[in-house]
Amino acid sequence: MSDLLHSTAAELAALIASGQVSAREVTQTHLDRIESVDGEVKAFLHVDNDRALATAEAIDAHRAAGEPLGPLAGVPVAVKDIFCMTGAPTTAGSRILEGWHPPYNATVLQRILDAGLVVLGKTNLDEFAMGSSTENSGYFTTHNPWALDRIPGGSGGGSAATLAAFEAPLALGTDTGGSIRQPASVTGTVGVKPTYGGTSRYGVVAMASSLDQPGPCGRTALDTALLHQVIAGWDPMDSTSINGPVPDVVAAARGADVRGMRLGVVKELSGDGYAAGVEQRFAEALQALEAAGAEIVEVSCPNFGYALAAYYLIMPSEVSSNLARFDAMRYGLRVGDDGTAGAEEVMARTRDAGFGEEVKRRVIIGTYALSSGYYDAYYGSAQKARTLIARDFERAFESVHVLVSPSTPTTAFRIGERADDPLAMYAADLCTIPSNMAGNAAGSFPCGLAPEDGLPVGFQVMAPVLADDRVYRVGAALERELGNRWGGLLTDQLWDRERGERQ
Amino acid sequence: MALTTTEVARLAALARIDLSDEELARLAPQLDVILQSVAQVTEVASDDVPPMSHALPLTNVFRADEVRPSLPVDDVLASAPAVEDNRFRVPRILGVEE
Repeated sequence: MSDLLHSTAAELAALIASGQVSAREVTQTHLDRIESVDGEVKAFLHVDNDRALATAEAIDAHRAAGEPLGPLAGVPVAVKDIFCMTGAPTTAGSRILEGWHPPYNATVLQRILDAGLVVLGKTNLDEFAMGSSTENSGYFTTHNPWALDRIPGGSGGGSAATLAAFEAPLALGTDTGGSIRQPASVTGTVGVKPTYGGTSRYGVVAMASSLDQPGPCGRTALDTALLHQVIAGWDPMDSTSINGPVPDVVAAARGADVRGMRLGVVKELSGDGYAAGVEQRFAEALQALEAAGAEIVEVSCPNFGYALAAYYLIMPSEVSSNLARFDAMRYGLRVGDDGTAGAEEVMARTRDAGFGEEVKRRVIIGTYALSSGYYDAYYGSAQKARTLIARDFERAFESVHVLVSPSTPTTAFRIGERADDPLAMYAADLCTIPSNMAGNAAGSFPCGLAPEDGLPVGFQVMAPVLADDRVYRVGAALERELGNRWGGLLTDQLWDRERGERQ
Repeated sequence: MALTTTEVARLAALARIDLSDEELARLAPQLDVILQSVAQVTEVASDDVPPMSHALPLTNVFRADEVRPSLPVDDVLASAPAVEDNRFRVPRILGVEE
């Protein structure tokens, strides 16, 4: 049974399609695994065994009837609890939405259901995806399977942890400033933020609409690409979704060919604040890619240094506007409705009781940045900095195919270590934010364990708008080259360690 | 500029968050540190740089104005905080001093 947990999504799909194993057995094995390890990892907010098994049995029935199955049919997937899904609660990690059952499915979620994937449950996140550690979840903190006293990254720490804990082979995430890539980095897994507009935001609880983007998470580049292909593409329900062909990410991941590719190392994403082990493994990854036929050059993106500041003005501004919908009138929590209090009073009491501290910080910063008198100095200036960051990318992509950097400056920090220091927490997204600002495609791939703490390091690949396939070409090549050295995936080392301890 | 407790209280009122005095005392200095840090964007915001609000150069997107079924009313009201006569029941909005 344990082999099914350790298998890739592509392998599981092949086993199910050929009838060597049933979708029900695959699902049951993963549900059993969740039962045995999630008490410690705490990746899931909600698991629905009956629903998952019923879905799996339906896939088995389709197969038995000779009906064609999609490339990931019967494969289990964990879903970040920010995607609306009927028949289950959606909390977005917030107490203000506790117990809310959405009346419709997010487009991306509908696509995974239509493709025959089996949803195991909903995973933990920082409240409304605001954070880098899951410590801002209104429910509990998820633990990193590599070291349970460490954060699993955020906001999608639950989704990333399910992969590293072998609770699911695939997961869905969203990335506004790094919420797919930073968790992937610190858990030794893969996560990709598609080009903005490449995946639909319909039915995703909104944080910052000009930056939010759903994306795939997996343990291998190919698995992640297979999920990417299922969820991507135009959706008339999202007016910012791109009506055009989806880059062939699966072929790119299978090809894994970097020969002749020029990789630009971003000079500004290194040095002060970057852990020694992160820089060492990143440098070794560059050598491996060079040996595989890529050309490595250094590139300067001088305005990336302003990305974090611009992000922490633009994002809270959009947050303050988007979260106005939590008004205690139509859904979610209502506090203080005693028959005498007016609507605005009830609204203010509810928002104080239902929002956590980080959400309040961001709503207030955003309210400030958008208020008359400060708008030009703060929000307006941040929008100009955003232009300069996008121009840095444009200039760089004239001479290189992709840009590369560490995914985050450090390995997983300890739970509690940055909880009272918002600026230290924000620095975890230093490397990932530029791609959200410019709207291009970017992914994080494992590149080893830092010698000083034995924790995973992530390698980020950033590609031009609608060149998502290049992210997978480089990521899959890196996975192959390093895999030859390690004798498998980085997460295999975690798997072997657990088996060794058990014997 | 320093963000005072009084100013944070005013912003919280604008944002309809009923912060307690303890929360105000804790949040105000944090917000001040954050604002001082993000203010560095003004260094590069010269007049010749156009603002960018969005990653894609999109204009309005139109669709045909066709009648489509709405979400089932029962499903929508099922998660409402209070329901009366098949509608959302809300606290009074009139007679409130502003």
